[in-house]
Amino acid sequence: MQIPYEVTPRPDTGVNNAKLGIWLFLASEVMLFGGLFAAYVFLRMGADAWPGMETFDTHVMATRADQILSVPLATLNTVILIASSVTMVLSWAALKMNNFKQFRLQMGLTILLALGFLVVKAFEYGDKFSHGVAPETSNFLGIYFVLTGLHAVHVTGGILVNAYFWGPGAKMWTQGSVRAKAHFTNRIEVAGLYWHFVDLVWIFLFPMIYLI
Amino acid sequence: MAAEMTVQEVKRHVRVYLMVFGALLVLTLVTVLVSYLDMSLAPALAVALFIAIIKASLVALYFMHLISERQVIYWVLVLAAAFLVGMFALFISSLLDQAEVAVMLMGAGVA
Repeated sequence: MQIPYEVTPRPDTGVNNAKLGIWLFLASEVMLFGGLFAAYVFLRMGADAWPGMETFDTHVMATRADQILSVPLATLNTVILIASSVTMVLSWAALKMNNFKQFRLQMGLTILLALGFLVVKAFEYGDKFSHGVAPETSNFLGIYFVLTGLHAVHVTGGILVNAYFWGPGAKMWTQGSVRAKAHFTNRIEVAGLYWHFVDLVWIFLFPMIYLI
Repeated sequence: MAAEMTVQEVKRHVRVYLMVFGALLVLTLVTVLVSYLDMSLAPALAVALFIAIIKASLVALYFMHLISERQVIYWVLVLAAAFLVGMFALFISSLLDQAEVAVMLMGAGVA
């Protein structure tokens, strides 16, 4: 069966296939992260103490997650990711206004911010490893690394897709017909839906893991 | 989101995106500051979740254009939400099934 790539809404669904497709994918992602959030609740409710491990410097039992994790770094990353969501939607708006240069700028910023997020994350992970702790150290760190690690994999995936559209994929716009330009704009919108979802997951991860 | 938008309409959207950006930054600051109040778990969780849900709604409604989306997308989300709630209900019911956990939760004022 051939699924035609059209950016005009289908009469039966009211949306184009790419949009319905990405939303179905995001629905499955809700279950993927939802399952791990449930695991977090399970581990936390079953634990005698949370985070249930010693602090790195004073070696007393930590009573708050922020004695193990860096809230300032995570706050910085929250701001970075929110900003990248804004530049992502601005890159789409630029195409809607037929302004390719502005698209390149905003999409470039989105990619740089995402890379910045990963660099900060790497510093956080590095700090943990330098203290000789790993996912196996405690249930708290186990679920921390799984949730933030899976999220980081999603960020990496988003960077790859966005970098493709910033670079070689943009040929569709620069060398394309009016129809191809409409297709490219649709691709950016769909990639944006994924990227905003990655931001959305972090909006829940940040308070759940770092703050409470 | 409709395929045909005038440049004026897009510009109006951009202004909304920037306002949402400001709101998200303020809410991030609020959620961090509130966490230093040293509340007990139940109220801290309630406040953190409340702020996170507002932030997530802003992202979903404006950046993901859910505020002006077609019905079929809403149904996909309703389906996902139903499965998510079902999964959490299964987990939580099994937690409450363990007597000592149920007692602990009630002691913490969560259940």
